[in-house]
Amino acid sequence: MEGTFIKIGKNRVPAEEFVAEGHSFCTGCGEVLALRLACKALGRNVIIANATGCIEICTSPLPVTSWRVPWIHTLFENTAAVISGSEAGLRILIKKGKMPEKDIKCVAVAGDGGTSDIGMQALSGALERRHNFLYLCFDNEAYMNTGIQRSSATPYGASTTTAPAGKFSIGQTTWKKNLPEIAVAHNIPYVATACPGYPFDLMNKVKKGGEVKGPAYVHILSPCPTGWRSPTNLSVKISKLAVETAIFPLYEVENGRYKLNVDPPKLKPVEEYLKPQGRFRHLLETDIREIQEHVNQEYAKLKAKVACFAA
Amino acid sequence: MSKRVGLEASHAAAEAARMADVDVIAAYPITPQTHIPERLAEMVANGELEAAYIAVESEHSALSACLGSAAVGARTFTATAGQGLELMHEVVYVASSMRYPIVMTVCNRALSAPLSVWGDHSDAMAVRDTGWIQVFCQNNQEAFDMTLWAFRVGEDSRVLLPVMVHFDGFSLSHVTEPVILPEQGEVDRFLPKFHYPFALNPDKPMTHGAFGPPDIYSEAKVAQEIALRKSKKVILQGWQEFGDIFGRYYDPVEAYRTEGAKLLLLTMGSFSETAKAAVDAKKDKGESVGLINLRLWRPFPFKELRQVVKGAETLIVFDRCISFGGPGGPVSSEIRSALYNEKKRPMAVSFVGGLGGRDMSVKDFGYIIDRGREVAEEGSSELFETVGIRGKVTGIRG
Repeated sequence: MEGTFIKIGKNRVPAEEFVAEGHSFCTGCGEVLALRLACKALGRNVIIANATGCIEICTSPLPVTSWRVPWIHTLFENTAAVISGSEAGLRILIKKGKMPEKDIKCVAVAGDGGTSDIGMQALSGALERRHNFLYLCFDNEAYMNTGIQRSSATPYGASTTTAPAGKFSIGQTTWKKNLPEIAVAHNIPYVATACPGYPFDLMNKVKKGGEVKGPAYVHILSPCPTGWRSPTNLSVKISKLAVETAIFPLYEVENGRYKLNVDPPKLKPVEEYLKPQGRFRHLLETDIREIQEHVNQEYAKLKAKVACFAA
Repeated sequence: MSKRVGLEASHAAAEAARMADVDVIAAYPITPQTHIPERLAEMVANGELEAAYIAVESEHSALSACLGSAAVGARTFTATAGQGLELMHEVVYVASSMRYPIVMTVCNRALSAPLSVWGDHSDAMAVRDTGWIQVFCQNNQEAFDMTLWAFRVGEDSRVLLPVMVHFDGFSLSHVTEPVILPEQGEVDRFLPKFHYPFALNPDKPMTHGAFGPPDIYSEAKVAQEIALRKSKKVILQGWQEFGDIFGRYYDPVEAYRTEGAKLLLLTMGSFSETAKAAVDAKKDKGESVGLINLRLWRPFPFKELRQVVKGAETLIVFDRCISFGGPGGPVSSEIRSALYNEKKRPMAVSFVGGLGGRDMSVKDFGYIIDRGREVAEEGSSELFETVGIRGKVTGIRG
């Protein structure tokens, strides 16, 4: 398998799998699809530090592992700190001649909770210190591993187990925290958003993030049929709809320069994205209008940045 | 030639880390530990030490970064104190469970609230059961010696465990004492290069930190416990060889003038030297007393402790920490437990004092010896007694 490629249109995708079969992700999981693609893009010369979460749990029950690349899990909130240590360690060992020169990419993998909530501090620290590493946030918009509890990345109006929709609540009452922009605010060389609905775009961005010198952050929307209460055969379609409605625009920021990777001439209404997902089933027309307005505003803000700081 | 210089314990520890040629230091400043990372950062900045200094954003990240660097096979050092050790608490367990031989200095400090940056052993006692090898230093020379020895023992392929070197905040960390610094050649003879057999490397992919389902977790933890107990052999061997090279020999349990003594006092850390002065004064007056300085805290030196207290009638244990609602101080509790099944054992008396930087004088230890003897003979209504605390303390009962 090593060195062989599958040709899909103009794209060549490595045939080699670094996340082995036999894992325990749910049927239709958008996250493991994105992870497999990301790992293909990175290749074998990596060290992956993984936060606690679905990816960790579904790939590593002792005494077996799905990982064909060096992999470390320690805790939930410290992944960016752990990879800081590995990156600094490799760098100094090579500099001191204690280890042969080799380009090993240090990669942190975490979910939205591990990134936007509990792991925010460690991530900010590692970005600020300019470690040469790539951080991949697989965002399925809630604490799915523990049973669909809300995070700060959960979208407004979604029903979760700790922000359930009810007579007196719409569910999530806050707007999704904008993590890519927080990463941009650290003035790092590369920030991008991606989703498995656009697999080649995702792989290109992960590859780019891996090659950049300095910190890189790629935020990957990862549809979760279990938590989003959506049909298992729709994960790819739903992630495409997130882009086509501008709920989750695909863009990259290289050294402060913005580029919109997918710019649909006419956006689809948010309703098309919300409808197949049970977590939004309780929303009224007025709620959907409110979400539409918010999406329009956010998208306009993004487009203004793209216009102002074009790549 | 080795040289004799004036150094704070903090700088002695930093010197030891430098002479050990550490690869990575990840640390976050906290009083009274600050002089250690400051000195190391200075050494890196002016080229005295070739290392990566990671100025992390918290203690939690400090030890987490240490996990990452030890996992790729780098010799790794950090230092903290008090609240810092508490903040990194969950990482402390992970370091030992994942068998990363990190060396960490703890400048022992009290815990909030009320806020106190000053010394006691509350921070150390909160990490008692975390699976690290732990030693307490009595003076600045020991701060140097134990730090060097910690790398040697922790990194030994028969051990592969992290080592915590405790010394008292301020009363050692900030006090200058004469310290003998060895030649680099001697250090290199004592401390081999670090070869971590399980380093993360794409040439040989490994999974570190897979999770433990119920059918495997227990076995993993028992294996860890056995590894820590077994490290004792390497600990002793390390001290023996340390003595052979540097001329200073160390024991897990230091017995000071204990031979034939009816009453023994047990202390840990820098107060042991003060207590020794109190024992000397009592001996001069003809009293049958001696001192035990408990150096090795984990793995606990049961055999050596039982041996040294064998002939004593009374054993007074002095704690710098309260085990709230528990059976006296944590050290006292452990000592009693270690002796409980012995056919012949001394009467144990517990004292607590020296909290949050409260000084303990020779006179205070003299009082402990006198009052301890009384309690042993007449009993006390309290589970433990206090020393150097204002007012009469009562109500500490089971």
